[in-house]
Amino acid sequence: METEILHHTRASFQDHLPVLVILVPFLAAPLMVLLGSRRLSWPIAFGASVAAFGIAILLLAKVIDGTEISYHIGGWAPPLGIEYRVDAANAFVLLLVTGIAAIVLPYARESIKTEVPVRHHTLFYALFLLCLTGLLGVVVTGDAFNVFVFLEISSLSTYVLIAQGSYRDKRALTAAYDYLIMGTIGATFFVIGLGLLYMATGTLNMADIAERIADQGGNRTVRAAFAFIVVGVGLKVAIYPLHLWLPNAYTYAPSAVTVFLAATATKVAVYVLLRFMFSIFQPAFLFEVNTLEFIILPFAVLAMFAASFIAIFQNDFKRMLAYSSIAQIGYILLGIGLLSEAGLTAAIVHLFNHGITKAALFMGVGIYVLRSGGSFLDDIQGLGRVMPLTSAAVVIGGLSLIGVPGTAGFISKWVLVQAALEKGWWPVALMIVASSLLAVIYVWRVIETLYTKPPASDVIAGEAPLSMLVPLWIMAIACVWFGLDTDLTIGASQTAAQGLLSGSAGMR
Amino acid sequence: MLDALPTAFLFFAAAILLLAMPQGRLRGVLLLVVPLIAGWQVWSLPFGELVQVGFFGFELELMRVDKLSRVFGLIFTLAAFLGNLYAWHVRDTVQQVAALLYAGSAIGAVFAGDLITLFFYWEGTAIASVFLIWARRTEGAYHTGMRYLIIQIGSGVILLAGTALFYRETGSIEFGQMTLGSLATWLIFLSFGIKCAFPLLHNWLQDSYPAATVTGTVILSAFTTKLAVYALARGFAGTEILIYIGAIMTLFPIFFAEIENDLRRVLAYSLNNQLGFMVVGIGIGTEMALNGTASHAFAHILYKALLFMSVGAVLFRTGTSKASELGGLYRTMPRTAMFCLVGAASISAFPLFSGFVTKSLILDQTASQHYPIIWAILVFASAGVLSHSGIKIPFFTFFAHDSGLRPREAPMHMQLAMGITAALCIMIGVYPDPLYALLPYEVDFHPYTTGHVVTQLQLLLFALLAFAVLMRTGIHPPEIRAINLDTDWTYRRLMPRMLSAVSKGVAAVWTGSATLILSGISGLVRRLYRSHGPEGRMAQVWPTGSMVLWIAVLLGVTLVVNFLS
Repeated sequence: METEILHHTRASFQDHLPVLVILVPFLAAPLMVLLGSRRLSWPIAFGASVAAFGIAILLLAKVIDGTEISYHIGGWAPPLGIEYRVDAANAFVLLLVTGIAAIVLPYARESIKTEVPVRHHTLFYALFLLCLTGLLGVVVTGDAFNVFVFLEISSLSTYVLIAQGSYRDKRALTAAYDYLIMGTIGATFFVIGLGLLYMATGTLNMADIAERIADQGGNRTVRAAFAFIVVGVGLKVAIYPLHLWLPNAYTYAPSAVTVFLAATATKVAVYVLLRFMFSIFQPAFLFEVNTLEFIILPFAVLAMFAASFIAIFQNDFKRMLAYSSIAQIGYILLGIGLLSEAGLTAAIVHLFNHGITKAALFMGVGIYVLRSGGSFLDDIQGLGRVMPLTSAAVVIGGLSLIGVPGTAGFISKWVLVQAALEKGWWPVALMIVASSLLAVIYVWRVIETLYTKPPASDVIAGEAPLSMLVPLWIMAIACVWFGLDTDLTIGASQTAAQGLLSGSAGMR
Repeated sequence: MLDALPTAFLFFAAAILLLAMPQGRLRGVLLLVVPLIAGWQVWSLPFGELVQVGFFGFELELMRVDKLSRVFGLIFTLAAFLGNLYAWHVRDTVQQVAALLYAGSAIGAVFAGDLITLFFYWEGTAIASVFLIWARRTEGAYHTGMRYLIIQIGSGVILLAGTALFYRETGSIEFGQMTLGSLATWLIFLSFGIKCAFPLLHNWLQDSYPAATVTGTVILSAFTTKLAVYALARGFAGTEILIYIGAIMTLFPIFFAEIENDLRRVLAYSLNNQLGFMVVGIGIGTEMALNGTASHAFAHILYKALLFMSVGAVLFRTGTSKASELGGLYRTMPRTAMFCLVGAASISAFPLFSGFVTKSLILDQTASQHYPIIWAILVFASAGVLSHSGIKIPFFTFFAHDSGLRPREAPMHMQLAMGITAALCIMIGVYPDPLYALLPYEVDFHPYTTGHVVTQLQLLLFALLAFAVLMRTGIHPPEIRAINLDTDWTYRRLMPRMLSAVSKGVAAVWTGSATLILSGISGLVRRLYRSHGPEGRMAQVWPTGSMVLWIAVLLGVTLVVNFLS
């Protein structure tokens, strides 16, 4: 593991990539508002996110072999200055977030036409970019307080984005309000945890904190900090009993927003959790092992079942998927809770694979909403015949959600089962398989509704516009592609897991 | 060039090609040509492991060709050809594609050299075949298909779990001889057992096969269970428990088959009974016994398909396959009746028909390996086969009392398919050497010794005699029998009362336990719905305050855990 330290004065364009990935969307957002042109707003947003995607690819290519990039903002060396740090773990998440953003934007263009009033479109795209900026910042930064700042940027813009759904359904307002309250409490806990850490170590740079904690061991302050940070971030992750904001937020947000949030926001929060648990606090600390074993793990398993059961009985496709997200987050947390390299690999792979799977499914829902005016099973019945292309992609996404071999979902579940067996926890492995069977039931309910029932009479016939179909199919094909070719996903996840498990050593 | 292409892919490619072609004769030709090419390919392939694919850190063996897999591969391609010929008239894309994918998956599974590949194809057969049931497009067929799919997918999931454990234990995913003992091998065994319709795991078979389309049943009858037989022969040859499982399998379907009215269901029961013979052969596990299993599977696919074809042709022309509504059809469907008789003679193992030369291999081995009781059970079961498949099927369809139906003879392509199959049945019976040459091991066996022939004829003639006596004395006038036979299964009276008591008992236990389980499940679902349904406590929208309360609770718990440790 070598760490590449860059000196500001001699840096070339290539070396500025870690900050550019954030600056591009961050500057594009106000630019759009200042220009005030409705016609230019979408091209700017799209251009910015494609550029960010390109940068993320370049970054991942640099670090996939295990090197790390340390970038000093303004040339100020850490711990005084803010440091951005890119390694395999966060480059992989960057790729997911920017990729989804670049694919969602073309989709959003048609989708929000019917869901958001025209006069708000410019602001919508600006907020979207701000949200993207926040998420990217959280991922790329190496400074603990900076995480909080970016987390707030993304959260605040998320609240507004969710509230945009109120033109279709007023309940979006209460959903956004609930999320605001919950999210703020979570952020407060997080910042309290950071304060405690600062008290104990006197620094805010992640690598520095890690080093000093390793020196002084786990005292009371550090333990309290850990608890606050886990619960605070856990709320953003939607760990099982803290998930209550999620179903409403996902259900009532505009379709494009749901796609973006489901595929990225919780995943970024998982990344933060990983970063704090493994890179800053030491995975060898007993209190951390205990927290994982007695809190995270049982709730993960509970989520896998309870949320799946709820999903089975839902009559709203979109809400069903929201609950299924909670169950899937259970798998990710289970992988983390196994506290082994294989487990972490599984968690990171699933983070990615579930991201693309859910993106495909929520995109499908958005198209149904556009064409039939709702996402209830009654609204979408028989659409399999009216909209064959959309429905075929939804079926592929559904299969991936179940974990049918040949799809991305299978890969992550297979790795997860392997990880559980490696620990000798075969009851857990059986539970993973059993809860996948629950997914079969709720996915099947949708497929059955789509294909075996006659369409409602007032449905607007015809396929979705091409600008929505193409992103949907990109996601569906990705579900199959990453189910067959696992070099990128498994490779990057393994490198990331190794880096994370080496604890603070990985930060230096 | 064909060497490098797994045989299964031929079928998959054809399925895609099919979609691009217009509905009509061209498609029919494609459906016939593909199995022929595949058969020729299988025939000409050299032995060995021919195609490897890297998958996710594993080396998958897509084409393991040896004598055992070749004989199953050949009969599967042959069955696909005959099934598609029989289905020449079908103009339903779903069925055509499903038949190709199904046959392809089954053949792929036969040539799979490792458990992961096997699993992929295992699930492939399940998913493809269910469309043959759904293709009937009735409410009943839909529900039957669902039940079938759940069980078949379940079998695959168990196989996957077993594979994962097996890999953990041995570090290998090779699909070879296994010994029961660990959880892994038991899971794999169970998954094979489900597909092979072991007793108490068999219900999907009688439930689903009669529910499929006319042509679908013919294709269904060939692959799934025989794939399981192959898998057992490959993985668990010589596992003693199989002998007893097989013996029970030969025995219990007889009672059900005797009382069943739907002839396709009778055939499904007798299919189960025939599988029992093969399973016994696997359980004995000697070279000759495995030869017996392989050859019996070969012959069985042919004559069972022939019987399903003839009953299917009747169903196609008259719209029913219920024994009580049929009878006297030989007048207008003489050729179908003749083919049906050939199938019946084969399944009953009359000398000069295919069943005789293959079943006697297994019977001979039970005797020579010192399993006298098993031998006796198999002999009794053979008599049972004669009674329910050999006599009941042709008798009640084509002879017996005149139903008054005067359907036309079966369509030409059906007759052709049946004719070829019947010819093969007779050919194997008369001149078994080519089949014996295909078997996995050297065959040193002569079916046509005086002893074999006389024993078999004695058995058959006495069974015939018994049937004739019962018909003369026990039969009820047709007027009464004609009243609503669906519910009161009159032919049960043809059989001794004891038999009916036994079957009643078995049926009562079965339905009793099934109802108990079903009511348990529906109670559970109701309770789950109350708690997890949209109005349930778990799925309600919570007030913001209680959400916040949860955060506080979790924080408290986490702090406690952290401070205590």
